[in-house]
Amino acid sequence: MSPPLPWRERRIPLAWLLLIRQPARLAVALAGICFAGILMFMQLGFRDGLFDASITLHKLLDADLVVISPRTMSSIAMAGFPRRRLVQVTADPDVVGTTPVNWNQLLWRNPETRTTRSILTLGFEPGDSLFLPSALGDQARLLTQRGRVLFDELSRPEYGPVARWMKEGRTVETEVAGKRIRVAGLVSLGASFGADGNMLTSRETFLRLLPNTPPGSIELGLIRLRPGADAAAVAQRLRQRLPKDVAIYSKRGFEEFEINYWRGSTAIGFIFTLGAAMGFVVGCVIVYQILHSDVSDHLPEYATLLAMGYPLRDLLGVVAREGFLLAILGYLPAWLTGQMLYVMVRKGTGLPVQMDSQRSLVVLAMIFTMCMASALLAMRKLADADPAEIF
Amino acid sequence: MPMPISMPMATLSDATPAVAVQGLNHWYGRGATRRQVLQAVDLRIQPGEVVLLTGPSGCGKTTLLTLVGALRQVMEGSVRVLDQELLGSGRGDRQRIRRQIGMIFQGHNLLRCLTAEQNVQMGSDLLPGLSYRARRDLAREWLRAVGLEDHMGKLPHDLSGGQKQRVAIARALAAEPRLLLADEPTAALDRRTGRDVVLLLQSLAREQGCAVLMVTHDPRILDVADRLVQMEDGRLWSAEPALVG
Repeated sequence: MSPPLPWRERRIPLAWLLLIRQPARLAVALAGICFAGILMFMQLGFRDGLFDASITLHKLLDADLVVISPRTMSSIAMAGFPRRRLVQVTADPDVVGTTPVNWNQLLWRNPETRTTRSILTLGFEPGDSLFLPSALGDQARLLTQRGRVLFDELSRPEYGPVARWMKEGRTVETEVAGKRIRVAGLVSLGASFGADGNMLTSRETFLRLLPNTPPGSIELGLIRLRPGADAAAVAQRLRQRLPKDVAIYSKRGFEEFEINYWRGSTAIGFIFTLGAAMGFVVGCVIVYQILHSDVSDHLPEYATLLAMGYPLRDLLGVVAREGFLLAILGYLPAWLTGQMLYVMVRKGTGLPVQMDSQRSLVVLAMIFTMCMASALLAMRKLADADPAEIF
Repeated sequence: MPMPISMPMATLSDATPAVAVQGLNHWYGRGATRRQVLQAVDLRIQPGEVVLLTGPSGCGKTTLLTLVGALRQVMEGSVRVLDQELLGSGRGDRQRIRRQIGMIFQGHNLLRCLTAEQNVQMGSDLLPGLSYRARRDLAREWLRAVGLEDHMGKLPHDLSGGQKQRVAIARALAAEPRLLLADEPTAALDRRTGRDVVLLLQSLAREQGCAVLMVTHDPRILDVADRLVQMEDGRLWSAEPALVG
C-alpha cells in the first residue's frame, strides 16, 4: 500500500534547514522583518488611532440619524441650520425622538492658572437625550439651572484640576467666553482630535455664553428611530422631504464624514502611511540582502544540485520557501510586540489604538509581499549557479 | 589487496556503450581568443567499465568530463550518453540526463546545512515513485555501504576529509546512476584514505553495473582501472587497455 501523496512527495526541507542551521543570519533576518513589521503596525496604528480619536464624541451620540448643515466640513467648524428642520423631521412615522444640539468651541479659563484655552461646548435641552446612557447617566438634570455646566474629566490637564477639585467637594467656578459658570458635575467623554476638552451645558446657558447665536439655529440634530425601522430608508425619505439646507447622515456615516475630513484634508494620513511605507522598504532591503548573500554563499551547493539533475525550478522553490518561512517567522513576533506597544500607547497617550484584524491582515500581506519580492529578486542570483563550473 | 575482477566483459561489450564519444571538438572563447580545447576526441565506455583519464593539467580532461556529464552544451561531434545524443540537446534534456549520472567532485561539494544522511538523501530523492521513508532508508543503506553508519547525523564540518568524500560517493550512488563521473576524487585526501575511497568507489560501482569515468593525477590508484586513457593538448593519444591486479 503506497502512502498518501504528500508523504510520498515529501523532500528534505532544504529551505528550513538552510535557515535554522545559520542561526546568526536567521536572527538578523527575523530582526529586520520584525522591525519592519513593528514599524508598520505602529504607523498604521497611530494613523487609525488618530482617526478613531476624532470621533470619540460621535460614537457616544444617542442617535440613529444625524442632521447637520451641508456647509459643515468637520466637527471643528460646525455650521448652523434652522432648528425648524428637526421639527419637520418628527412628522415621519418612524421618528420617535429628536435632540437639537448647539456645538461650538468656546474659551475656557483655567480656574487655577487663569490661562484660557478653547473647549468644545455642547448645548442641549436637559430633558432631551444627547448621549448613550452609559456616558451621561442622569446628570443632565444638573443643567436645568442657568449657568451650570458638566465638565469632561477626560479633558487634557491644561484645563485645570477641575476633576480633582470636584472630587474634593470644592465648588468650581470659572469663566467661559467671559461669563461666569459653575461646574455642576463631571462626565467621562474623552478628548478627541479636534477638541482637547469637552463641556456640556443647557441650550439656554449656551445661548447666554454665545449671545450672537440666533436662537433658532442649531449645529447638530439627533434623530432616534422606532426599533426595527430601516435607517437608510428613513434617511432617504427625509432627504427628499427636507430642503437642501440640511444634510442627513446615519450615525456611522457621520463618523466617517468626520474621519474623511482628517484623512483627506490633513497630512495625517499621508505622514503615517509614508512611515509604514518606509518600514516596508527597509524590510525589503534587509530581506533581500539576507537572501541574496545566502544564495551567493551557497552558490557552489546550488550548482552541485543542478549537476545532480535537480531542475532549476526546485532551487527557485527553495529560495521562495525561505522567503515564505521568513515572512511567517518574522510576522509572529512583530504582531506580539505590536500588541504590547499598542497597550503602552493606549496608556501613554489615550489614543484608542487597537490591534484589529484588518490591520493585522494588512501588515501580514505587506510582510509577505516584502519577503516574496525579495526572494524573487534574490533568485536572479541563482542564474550564476553554473554546474559546469564546479568540476 | 587486489580486487578480484568478476565482470563478464565479453557480454557487456556487445551492449550499448554507456558513453560513446565521436569526433568531439570543443572551443573556449570567441573570435581571436578562441582556443580549441578538445580535438577529435573518440571514447567508448562500456557499462560497468572503470576508465581512468590522466594527463597534464589544462589538457582538457575536465572539459571532456563536463561534456559527458551533460553540464555543458556540445559544440561539434557526437556525444551519446546512456543512449541519448547530447549534441543539440536543450537545457531540460541535459537536466534529465544528469539524473542518471552520478558525479563526484574534487571538493566533496556536500550541502553544509544538511547532515550526512540528508546529503545522501538528496541523491535518493531523485528516484521517482519512492516514499520519503524508502528514500531515507536507501540513504542509510548507502551510508552503511561506505562505512559511515555511525556518522549519519553529523554535519559535513564535523566529518574528516575522507568521510566527506565517502558521503559524496554515497550521495552519487544513491541516485542509482548508470554512469559515474569523478574529477580527482582523491585530490584533497591523504595517500591511504585516497586509495581506500577509490577502491570503495570501484567496488560499489561494479556491484551496480555502473560505468565509471574518473579523471586523476594520482599514480597510486591507476591499478583500479579496467582501462587507462591519456590526454594531452585536447587529444586522446593513447587508449590502451591496462591490465589490473
